[in-house]
Parts: sequence; C-alpha cells; structure tokens
Amino acid sequence: MKGNEAIAEAAIIAGCRHYFGYPITPQTEIAAYMAKRMPKIGGCFLQAESEIAAINMVYGVAATGKRVMTSSSSPGISLKGEGISYLAGADLPSLIVNVQRGGPGLGGIQPSQSDYFQATKGTAHGDFHMLVLAPASVQEMADLTVKGFELADKYRMTAMVLADGTMGQMMEPVSLDYEVKNTVEKPWATTGTNMEREHNIVNSLFLSPEKLEEENFKRYDRYKLIEENETMYEEYMMEDAEICVSAFGIASRVAKNAINEAREMGIKVGLIRPITLWPFPKAPFKKAGEKVKSIISVELSMGQMIEDIRLASECKVPVTLCNRAGGMIPTPEQVLEAIINANNGGAK
Amino acid sequence: MVVFDKPHALTDVSMHYCPGCTHGIIHRLVAEVIDELGIEGKTIGIAPVGCSVMAYDYFNCDMIEAAHGRAPAVATGVKRALPENVVFTYQGDGDLASIGMAETVHSAARNENITIIFVNNAIYGMTGGQMAPTTLPEQVTQTSPYGRDVNHCGFPIKVCEMLATLDGPEYLERVAVNNVKNVKAAKKAIKKAFQNQVEGKGFSLIEVVSSCPTNWGMTPKKALEWVEEKMIPYYPLGVYKDRSAKEEN
Amino acid sequence: MAKLTFKTDKCKGCGLCVDVCPKNVLALANDKINKKGHHPVEAVNEADCIGCAFCATMCPDCIIKVER
Repeated sequence: MKGNEAIAEAAIIAGCRHYFGYPITPQTEIAAYMAKRMPKIGGCFLQAESEIAAINMVYGVAATGKRVMTSSSSPGISLKGEGISYLAGADLPSLIVNVQRGGPGLGGIQPSQSDYFQATKGTAHGDFHMLVLAPASVQEMADLTVKGFELADKYRMTAMVLADGTMGQMMEPVSLDYEVKNTVEKPWATTGTNMEREHNIVNSLFLSPEKLEEENFKRYDRYKLIEENETMYEEYMMEDAEICVSAFGIASRVAKNAINEAREMGIKVGLIRPITLWPFPKAPFKKAGEKVKSIISVELSMGQMIEDIRLASECKVPVTLCNRAGGMIPTPEQVLEAIINANNGGAK
Repeated sequence: MVVFDKPHALTDVSMHYCPGCTHGIIHRLVAEVIDELGIEGKTIGIAPVGCSVMAYDYFNCDMIEAAHGRAPAVATGVKRALPENVVFTYQGDGDLASIGMAETVHSAARNENITIIFVNNAIYGMTGGQMAPTTLPEQVTQTSPYGRDVNHCGFPIKVCEMLATLDGPEYLERVAVNNVKNVKAAKKAIKKAFQNQVEGKGFSLIEVVSSCPTNWGMTPKKALEWVEEKMIPYYPLGVYKDRSAKEEN
Repeated sequence: MAKLTFKTDKCKGCGLCVDVCPKNVLALANDKINKKGHHPVEAVNEADCIGCAFCATMCPDCIIKVER
C-alpha cells in the first residue's frame, strides 16, 4: 500500500467520515482515495474551493464533535495556518496531514522536511501547539493517523501527521488491525440544544485579557500533560553509543543504513528518532548530551530540528548538521562520512 | 394579549451595538423566525468577524464563531456533519463580500443547504468605518476620505445580482430594515430562507440593506433616511432568484 | 387601550421608536438617565396607544413589550 493511501484508510478505520481538501502534489492520493471511499461508507468527501475553505470546513465538523481531517502539502499548510490557529483557540480536535515538499514559496514537489519549524513552532498566530507525529514507514503512516485522532480527541487539539513526499509515495506492506478508541465525550459540541441545555458556543474570541490569559494557561496545562505522557521516540543502538545520530521520518531510514555500516567499521554510533516532534523528546537527548562525543542531526532541510536537539542536549556536546535541501535526500554515504568525521573528533 | 415581545431565540444579553444600529432588528427577525418555525433546538448559527462578531452571545441556539469571511465554509462543515440540523450564518459586507467572497460564491455554487443573512451597511463598522466592498461611489469613509473614487478603487459589489448568475443558489432576495413595511418584508424573506433549508431546497441568501449611524456620522433617523435615498437606489430591493417558484410556473 | 412595557435599562435612546409612532405616544426622557447612560424612552401619552407595535418593530434592542 502507498503511504498516502495508508493514511486515508487508517483515517476511515479510525472513524473519520468527513474529509475536505484541495489538490496539491505530493499528497493527492489521499484525496483521491477519500473521494472513492467516502460515498460508499456514508461519509463525506468534498473538494473545497481553497485550502482556507477546507480547513474551515474541518472547523465546522470539528465543532459538531465528529472526527474530521484534511491533508495538504507545504504551501497548502501555510494557507491553512489561519484555520489551525482558530481550531487551537476554540480547542477543537482535528487531524491534518502534511506531506512535505521543498520550499520556500512554490518550491518544488520533491520530498522535504523544511516544515519542521512550521509544524512545531510557527504554524500561525498566537500561543498554541499542534501534536506533531512523524512516521518513518508506511505502517507508521497508518498507526500515527489512528493515534493522531485519539490524541486529538483526548486533548481537544489538532494533531498533525508530518510526512514527506517519499513517505507518501512509498509502497510497503501494512497491517490495519486496530482497536480504535472513539469514546471521548464531547459535551461542548454544537449539535443543537434540543431545548434541553444552555447553548454551546465554539469560540476563540476573548476580549477580556484576563479571560484570554486564563484560556491560554489552561491550554498549556494540558500541553504539559501531553509532554509528560505522550512523547514518543525510538532509540537504536544507543546503549553504548559514542556518536549519536538524530533524524525523523525518511531521514531516519537513511541514517539507520549509515549506522549499520559504521557499526561494521567498529564505530559506536546510535540513533535517536523522535516520533513526536511536538512534544519533542527532550529526555533521550539530555541523556545523550551527558555521554556521547557529538550529535549529528540528519535533515532534509537547512537545519531546523537541530535547534531543538541543541536545547535538549543543553549544548553539552557539539551538534552538527548533515543535510540536503530543496527536495534532495542525504545518501547513506553522506551520513556515514559525517559519522566517521565525528568519530575522528572533528566537526566537519 | 401580547402583541409583541422578545422572541425566545434571542438571549437576554444586552447587545453591544451602537444606538440605532439595525443589527438588533435583524437579529430579532432571525430569532422570531427560529421561534415561529420551532427550530431553536436544532439550529446552529455561525457568527462572523465584524460588528456582529459577538452574535454568539445573542442567540439561544448553539453558536460557532468563525474566522473572518469563513462562515460559509464552517457552515458547510456543520451542515455536512449534521444534515438534519438547521445552519445559518450571519455576516457583514466586509466579511461576506470581501475577505470571504470565495467562500460565499462557492457555497452558493454548491447550493449548500444553508441560510445566509448578509447585512450590507456599506462600511466596516467594527474597525471604525473603513471602505467596504459595498461602499457607494463618492461615499466618505475613513479609508476613502475624499469619497470612494471608482477610478482608483473600483465599484461596489452587488452580491445578489452577482450570485444570481450562478446555477447553484435556490433563493436570493434583497430587503431593507429602514421602515416598518420593509422590516416586515425582511422577516418574510428571512422566514422563507430558513423554510427553504428545512425543506431541503438549498442555498438561500438574504441581503439586508442596513445602516451604520455611528460610522456614517448621522443620527439613527437620518441614517434610515439615507438608506432610502442612497442605498436602496443603488441596491434595489427584490427577489433575485427563486428557483422553486420558477420551476412551479 | 394598549399597554406598553419597557426594559428601560436596556434602552440606548436611539429614538427610532419615537419617530415611527403614529400617535406620538413616546418620547425620550430628557430628565432621566438609565444604567447605560442614555435618556430612555417612555410613554408620555399611553392612553393614545393603539398597540400597532411599530415602535417594537423598529426597536433594535427589543426592549418594548406591547399588549392589547
């Protein structure tokens, strides 16, 4: 199954019956899949007039308490920024998929990870976060989609599956056997009062600064719980590692190949792969900062996650960048060279 | 016998509008229609950005606050999720005809089964009286201080006329609330727009020509006279589209 | 004869009701100020009221109840 299709089918299994989107490469298979499947299962696929309309349709369905999603690629996510901020301000759950391509501007259509900052920090205006889930296999594309819906409901926030063009197009076998949790009560939903309760208001406007501050503090209390309970990462050969490589998504697969080769050469190197980019897995990097010689961040960008690695490892060891950008992917040889360099004690 | 009282669908919250602002009349008409159709319990309203941003406090039905111009997209989502419910948006001219024009046109083209109450008072009220897409030629506003120069910033947009060129929408009517007769006609149109939705007929938009005494710099009474003398001649009242009536004929 | 009840504290003194009344029943109370700081409407001539509810129809703040 293709990565993009795995996401779409997993969303349906997770109980999502409403999808809104606007065509953009390289994620169009998600929309195409939904267009075929939704009418057959009583769901709704609607091609919106713009990314902005699509995210606001998501906002409308989310306000009724139903599971809903949209997907896009980098430039489209920029357009959705406004709506994502309103979703955050109104504490509405939703799932957004970003199959990243190179930027800035119209950029290109080849894979990229240059929306890391956008996803984890600068999505749009105001104090808020999205849950950001970074799959590294087609199986994880599906798994994290299901997980994303569950966490979004649990914490009343947007979850983003942050993939890239390679992950979207890649084909791998997938198991879609889930016990989906869809039991979160949503007493806040606007479903009509039925003349049985006070009216519900879904809203992000708070003109009183005291009230708005209170809303923000409440939201960040929830974020703290997420950081404590939902942070996910994978460690690979880190037990005795002297060099730490860090990468997420497709970059982590390249990095693993290079690590295997380096291990054969006798270099003690391991991998930390963040699965949640927000919340960022700070603990393993703090630990690494205390025992490894240096950390290499492998990214399909000009170096974005590297800033979080430096913070999490408290700058105790050098953190270097091994990257390609603009739609290019680092080769295992390039990563291996960086590992050898680091092992020889030199930042390149 | 009670001849007139506040409708149930309006809350007791005191509205923030300026003295003599006709938003209050239009809110009441919507609430009266909701009462008369007995749909308060299943109605979900979408508030805009602009003067009526806090409409969510004034209606007793469930309410959602949308981003500027996006109410028709939000309404689309709600209606697709809850097709048995009644969904309306309440939007001003900047919201609906400027920043949200794409959402307006495309929800109309889809014949989305929703009701839109479009309040046209030819100005951005909430931000202090800037030029709107419906500001009349020569009209003075904060951002057209020498009067709207159509050679510089173009002509006003006539929303009903424009949407009437589409095959999609079911019902388009322009009404006004500047006198008792027009208020009564406005209510009739709004009722039809909600009734259409209940009957599954599709997209209904009622454009309500309204006033803004504060930003027009007039007394409430003078502002209503200005509606009659200036606004209505440029924005003629009437039914611009009524597909079901046409099919019946 | 009709009966008028006003939610005086909600009145913004816009005067639209005063202008529309065909029997000159209403006036703004220039000697009174309500909680909102406006001169509220009052019935100065209620005996003449015919209960047409034109005043309530034009009131933007829904403060007038009309009974007949």
